[in-house]
Amino acid sequence: MSLAEVLNRFPKQKEYLIEILLEYQRQKSTHSFTESELKEVAKYLNIPESRVCSVVAFYSFFSTQPKGHYVIQVCHDLPCHLNDHFDLLASLTTLLEINIGETTKDGLFTLEHTSCLGHCDKSPAIRVNEKIYGNLNLDKLKAIIAECKENGHD
Amino acid sequence: MIEMKLISKRFGKINPMSIDDFLALDGYKILKKALKKDKLDLLDEIQQSKLRGRGGAGFPVAVKLMALAKESKQPKYIICNADEGEPGNFKDRYLMENDPHEIIEGMCIAAYMTSANKGIIYIRGEYNKAIKIMKNAIVQAKEKGYLGENILNFDFDFDIEVRSGAGSYVCGEEFSLIESLEGKPGRTRVKPPFPTSKGLFNQPTLINNIETFATLPAIIEMSGKAYAKIGTPSSTGTKLLSLSGNVKNRGVYEVPFGIPMRKIIEELGGGTESGKKIRMVQLGGACGPIIPEYMLDMVIDFERFEEFESKTGAGALIVIEEGHDFFEILKKISEFFTHESCGKCTPCREGNYHLLKIIEKFINYEAKEKDMYVLENLAHVLHHTSLCGLGQSAPTAIISALHYFRGTFQKRIEASLSQEDAYAKN
Amino acid sequence: MPKIKINNIEMFVETGTTILDAAKEHNINIPTLCHYPDLNINSDCRICSVEIIGRKGLVTACSTPVYEGMEVKVNSPRALNARKAITEMILANHDANCTSCVRNMNCELQRLADNLGIHRSRFDSVLNEMPLDTSSYSLVRNPNRCIKCGRCVDVCANIQGIGVLDIMGRSRDSIISPAFNKALTEIFCTYCGQCSSVCPVGAITEKDDTDEVWHVLDDPDKHVIVQVAPAIRVSLGEELGLPLGSIVTGKLISALKMLGFSKVFDTDFTADLTVMEEGYELINRIKNKGKLPLITSCCPAWINFAEHEFPEILDNLSSCKSPQQMFGALAKSYYAQREDIDPKKIHVVSIMPCTAKKTEAKRSEMSINQEDPDVDTVLTTRELAKMIKQMGIDFNNLKESKFDKPDELTSGAAIIFGASGGVMEAALRTVKEVLEGKPLKRIDFDSIRGSETIREADIEINDVQYKIAIAHTLSSARKIAQQIKDGVSPYHFIEIMACPNGCVGGGGQPYATSSKLSRERIQSIYQVDRLMKIRKAHDNPAVSNLYTSYLGEPGSHIAHKLLHTHYHQKKF
Repeated sequence: MSLAEVLNRFPKQKEYLIEILLEYQRQKSTHSFTESELKEVAKYLNIPESRVCSVVAFYSFFSTQPKGHYVIQVCHDLPCHLNDHFDLLASLTTLLEINIGETTKDGLFTLEHTSCLGHCDKSPAIRVNEKIYGNLNLDKLKAIIAECKENGHD
Repeated sequence: MIEMKLISKRFGKINPMSIDDFLALDGYKILKKALKKDKLDLLDEIQQSKLRGRGGAGFPVAVKLMALAKESKQPKYIICNADEGEPGNFKDRYLMENDPHEIIEGMCIAAYMTSANKGIIYIRGEYNKAIKIMKNAIVQAKEKGYLGENILNFDFDFDIEVRSGAGSYVCGEEFSLIESLEGKPGRTRVKPPFPTSKGLFNQPTLINNIETFATLPAIIEMSGKAYAKIGTPSSTGTKLLSLSGNVKNRGVYEVPFGIPMRKIIEELGGGTESGKKIRMVQLGGACGPIIPEYMLDMVIDFERFEEFESKTGAGALIVIEEGHDFFEILKKISEFFTHESCGKCTPCREGNYHLLKIIEKFINYEAKEKDMYVLENLAHVLHHTSLCGLGQSAPTAIISALHYFRGTFQKRIEASLSQEDAYAKN
Repeated sequence: MPKIKINNIEMFVETGTTILDAAKEHNINIPTLCHYPDLNINSDCRICSVEIIGRKGLVTACSTPVYEGMEVKVNSPRALNARKAITEMILANHDANCTSCVRNMNCELQRLADNLGIHRSRFDSVLNEMPLDTSSYSLVRNPNRCIKCGRCVDVCANIQGIGVLDIMGRSRDSIISPAFNKALTEIFCTYCGQCSSVCPVGAITEKDDTDEVWHVLDDPDKHVIVQVAPAIRVSLGEELGLPLGSIVTGKLISALKMLGFSKVFDTDFTADLTVMEEGYELINRIKNKGKLPLITSCCPAWINFAEHEFPEILDNLSSCKSPQQMFGALAKSYYAQREDIDPKKIHVVSIMPCTAKKTEAKRSEMSINQEDPDVDTVLTTRELAKMIKQMGIDFNNLKESKFDKPDELTSGAAIIFGASGGVMEAALRTVKEVLEGKPLKRIDFDSIRGSETIREADIEINDVQYKIAIAHTLSSARKIAQQIKDGVSPYHFIEIMACPNGCVGGGGQPYATSSKLSRERIQSIYQVDRLMKIRKAHDNPAVSNLYTSYLGEPGSHIAHKLLHTHYHQKKF
């Protein structure tokens, strides 16, 4: 669906800004918005562009920097830290050959920090796009990465 | 068994995607009963129960319900706060993933007794599974007449919408959540006025934690007086506790207030998985105090939290065994608040970062005596002057650590000094 | 009425009063920082934190209403410590090179730190240097000085209804910037400067052009003349230690002469001229069924706004230049000829209560020789005050002087330009008298004076009712413009000022300008008007003389060439 099609599903009221951004981002493989897309949203809702930018900059889900196809978010809060026996983050940076905040050259993976995912009973946990994986060890991690590589950019 | 399954009685026994499973286990029976009763009687039951909010602040629920009931301005909103994001907490996720209709039933009862007709469940964006389950439950409830117009043929309309967060912990704060629902960044508002008089779109709004709503049916069923007999005088009823960290059986347990922590950790949690000794526990979640092992015979209730000037009661227990670096633990907690602060008020926006920087000095063996004093002083400034609960409770772990583990700080300062000496000599 | 105690002083206070206001009523000024009259109470800075006996924690005085029996301690050790710590936190994330800042010695953060006795921050500096935005002629943004009080966001979004700025990001990453972190010249900023007026520090300031003026005053090759806007004479005094609303015309002229200007002229003269040109423009449009409503065009921020957002109504704007620009054009033609000076050697400086005028002066249309600007430099009230202080002039003890002849004659109609409704009243005094062919029964048009942001009135001329409107602030301008765009405007003539209460509330005026202060200045303006011998533009013999000797008649070919302009849609 194009942005215009997504917009038309919502009333022209400013309280729908976050809904619209969430809905449209779901379709974007870069998990980010371009300047012209945000301008179009501002125009549709008749709100200042600065307000749209302010919302995008505030919420962690939104970004204006293009990301990889799979965004791997590593929880770095206390419960996951306590149960991390194999240094999850170091393993990921080694496996993917990128650091936190970076994207692999083939555009497949971006590695990020995230705050607590609410899966402390399954710590350590990561989130890959909309799926959360818990009770991780090195083998499980490798399997997740392999599956993503297999699915590629689909 | 120390567990008491009042609101978790259906956990694991039903398919959350099936309303029939819920109905088969007394689902929506209490709603039927409630709709026949007088609204004031229902409000009175909640008051008798002395129920306190289950999201962390522990505010008396009856006070909020009555304040909303008194408002005549329509529309009135019932907002269910499912933006659970505090490290160590996952009980709300369990509730949604295991017994979604109980929440709907509770919201309906709250809406009826306060004459509100619009409901919203605000679920954090990362809980994709819970969002799906709640949306499905609402559709099913509507189909069977438990939501919508003329619910169960009574003159009462109520509908619920699910809205998603977008990655911001602070949106669990009541006004930040409301700002988010209005399409804005989640920066809180000045209080007064309070949500019950001017909330969503400046309309009267009740906003409570999801567990609070899930508790209402149980209270109506057993009567407020009976509910108040459970737990302790200051903290009645049961609480869903999230148990995590270095324990064998991580998970959610429902226990009455007044049980000693040690019992919960050993009997329900099974003690540490590694067999190592417990060094300390963070109580409530990242917003809560860190207490040493020798205090684990303390009971869990709101009065205890108030002793620490902590407003948390979200009910998490993060067990920390020996062997972890003490200051790394403080750093993790501090990093969380530094990242999640909304940035609106100066002490929280600037202060959390300075707290983190000082902790890093301790980690790097660079801390001096003065750093400890600045840390303590600053922690109290944040605690006393921040605009909302996030900033006020962010330094609680540090304040308690300085109180109970002062020796650890001193030792690190001494070690830093001798390291400095060693470098100077070489 | 609740009885409360503040610092052990008992007082009765109206229900609903905040602790801050209650304290003020009893001469206790609790320190604040983000607080500003006319703006929302954001309670962001937490500086006004005070202790209430019996309550845990501290509360902010600005947002906490009193209740019966409340006992407040303003400077308890806890409150004082908190205030200091918060101020030090702000300083740790602030470019505190005060001596290189426009706001040095006139900065709210400096005053606060001084009040609290802070000499050094207990925190390490955590400032991440960011680039400045110096793209525009009017305003400079320096994010390294921003203390995130949010006043600029508030005034731009809520008073002006534009929303150029917003808070981007969370926590420490919060910065205040335009959309996409663009420069001011790349977005719909009108340069009204209200943001610079409310900023407590040097994060948004006017572009400082004083160095350029010092330089040219020292150049023996240049003939430097200055024109002074109507609003300056009732505002400058405040910056130099005089009471609010002091009328300082005579001293102002003396000061300008001491600074080294060859001639000191009154923009009021060209304001009278604007009345003539615009008055006749209105008469023509009414007679010949031209485009109505006619809208005033002397406010450059309004023009920018219209060009950005309402290009459809550009034909409704008066084609008259602003008085500032009319002066510049005449200075480099008529005046140059009359005085036999090479126009290229004339440097025109104008003193304005306005930041947008700096950009107006640089518009390509505002150059009669298509090379040099007609007005070379624009200084705000604040910049002039600075220059006077820099020169060490003892302003209060100056003798009074008069504007230079022969153009010193001005009317009361011109001076009221500084007030919202003034341009309209000035124009009506001429239009009504000219059309009716008889003297006005009453010179003051009381029905159109007032403080509401949109006012309307019916004016009878020759037994015909004409509907007029007056708007101030850009959010009101938006409403009026939208009506015209939608084809439902009931008006014949409209005055629009971008700044609250008109030019007296301009973006270049003394700091801490508020509606209350502006209204005081307006009272002084009407007082000056009442005392003037000539009160209508067309009665001004200097203006008549200009027409007979040079321009011919209002709207003539040469008048059009020099005194009129055109507008165009602004796009990026």
